[in-house]
Amino acid sequence: MPSPDAASRTLFDILWSRHVVREEANGKTLLYIDRTVIDDVRAPFVFANMKRRDLNIRHPELALLVQDHAVATFPNISNPRIEFAEATRNAAREFGLRLFDVGAPSQGISHVAAPESGFVIPGASYISVDSHAPTVGGIGALGFGCGSTEMEHVLATQCVWMQRPKQARLTLTGGLATGVTAKDIVLRALAVFGRETFAGMALEFAGAASLLSVEARMTLCNMAVEMGARTALVAPDDSVIDWIEARAGIHLASELRDAQAVSSLCSGASAVFDLDVTLECPDAPQITWGTSPAQVMAIDGVTPRGEDATTTRALAYMDLAPDTPLLGKKVDYVFIGSCTNARFDDLEAAANILRGRHVADGVRAVVVPGSRAVERQAAASGIKDIFIASGFVWGETGCSMCAGGGERIASGSRVVSTTNRNFENRQGPDVRTHLASPLTAAAAAIAGAICDPRSLMNGKSQ
Amino acid sequence: MKTFTFVRGKAIPFLLDDIDTDQIAPANLVRTLTPDYKIAMFGHRRASAIAADKPLPFDMPQYAGAPILVTGKNFGCGSAREVAVWALAENGIRCIVAPSFSAVYRESCLKNGILPVVLDEPSHADFAAICVRDDGRGEFVADLASRTLHTPEGREFPFAFDAGEREALLHGLDDVASTLRYVGDIERWETRCEIETPWLRRVSIDTSR
Ligand code: SF4
Repeated sequence: MPSPDAASRTLFDILWSRHVVREEANGKTLLYIDRTVIDDVRAPFVFANMKRRDLNIRHPELALLVQDHAVATFPNISNPRIEFAEATRNAAREFGLRLFDVGAPSQGISHVAAPESGFVIPGASYISVDSHAPTVGGIGALGFGCGSTEMEHVLATQCVWMQRPKQARLTLTGGLATGVTAKDIVLRALAVFGRETFAGMALEFAGAASLLSVEARMTLCNMAVEMGARTALVAPDDSVIDWIEARAGIHLASELRDAQAVSSLCSGASAVFDLDVTLECPDAPQITWGTSPAQVMAIDGVTPRGEDATTTRALAYMDLAPDTPLLGKKVDYVFIGSCTNARFDDLEAAANILRGRHVADGVRAVVVPGSRAVERQAAASGIKDIFIASGFVWGETGCSMCAGGGERIASGSRVVSTTNRNFENRQGPDVRTHLASPLTAAAAAIAGAICDPRSLMNGKSQ
Repeated sequence: MKTFTFVRGKAIPFLLDDIDTDQIAPANLVRTLTPDYKIAMFGHRRASAIAADKPLPFDMPQYAGAPILVTGKNFGCGSAREVAVWALAENGIRCIVAPSFSAVYRESCLKNGILPVVLDEPSHADFAAICVRDDGRGEFVADLASRTLHTPEGREFPFAFDAGEREALLHGLDDVASTLRYVGDIERWETRCEIETPWLRRVSIDTSR
């Protein structure tokens, strides 16, 4: 039943207040956490400490361990981080926790597999020992990242202490132009608002965000983390339940439908935000030129003039001249993957560019699906074959080249990557990363250079 | 939880904004169960600075053993990896002074007994300038009890700090034990959730898919 003030409540208010266990006078809130995910590079530390401190897990059934960061992309090349997989397996066994192990049907990158498998659902609060937990805002779940010591507290109490964040709404106007995806929109948002405007805030994407696919909404929420947002949301609608039905199964979907679990999850007409801004969807694909996800330009634009120290340093690291186009710049490596852009939609979009074409000589092109479920869907629909026929190398599900895992990229290489971070050395020492959409990444692989994907799309909209 | 009351010693200036956790603890240097934090801390940046014959303050003799790090805004952004806090702790850093921190990084500092001090931009600029001029000669003090930073020449920079967090740091309160004082509230929440939104209480994963 709508309460009298329902119209003034934000989606975040609704989710937050449903999870309040206790409020202290100083504003600290004890918030209930419905689901936790611990990944393989944090689990060994978290559970060693749980043992040392002799802490019990309050609700083992609400926790999930996932192998993603340390998974070998190419298992025939030896994996030096096998110790993480083993320690994670041991922790799952000892503490009696559910594990998405390497090769298991539900395995995937935490923030891809958790919503796809039905582990994280709309309306739930979710904490993971990984900063991109807010990705699940794309299905209307409230996600927060935390450190590993904090996770010990969450596992022992099923709660977290948090100061209620300020709230922002970013209303998207316009629509998706040809060759433009959710990734381009959020890169454009980073260019316009930088990494401070939304720092520490709960950010709701509104307006045209509701027209996007569920996968695209998750891409927006994923990169909201790069804008410093504490959490991010898109109001869930029936398309979210349909999406869950197709992946996690009809049983969960009908339970959520019968309970009208998403119907009240939206901001009221007179909801007030601490910051309320709009962004016109860009009309061209976007790409990063520097070493911060906010150093973004239109694909057919030019690099900045480089008048300040930060810009100069970034251009030098990227081996780029100021005030010059990126189009045509030779590329050594292309990576399509990560919790930002390795869902089925992303692979399908890239395949539309790759169909009937071949990766340019001298380019190594790697695609790593975000989950086993994505991989199965890609195989069943023929998308995987298109990638392989075009010369892409298909890797094992995991974080792979997002965080410098997977394989070694030669120092000095120029990479077009669908990931979320282009920091210095993120993909390997002296590797130069350009963040872009799966379309732009696929186009770069074909052209062997930074390329406008629209030139390979015959004017057809994706 | 580790305690923090005060720390006295040198202050290292590393005045860059948006220092992310990949820089503080590069993934390829910490992806082992027993990382060598002496090498890992700012590993890539320090190595390339030394190669260019312009070592960072961390490798300058005058800053050896400094417990206070003075840095720029949005410190600790990027990945939530707590190793980026442990790397500093293992190298003797007990207090970080910045105009702002990433929320997750700040939380992790508290959990590890590192004092994250936020100064407003003008005070920070002032404090940073003093630290640069001092160049590792004098002793600074960061005192949580009085919520004040003291410079060698006797200037004082007060800072704000959440009362509950201050209490927890000063007394090294066990976070889990403190929270479990409210276990009644937690149980009441769980009971209510069972009634109002029972689907949130059950995980239903179809493992055959
Ligand atoms: S894919 Fe990248 S950003 Fe996402 S969880 Fe893995 S390492 Fe983190």
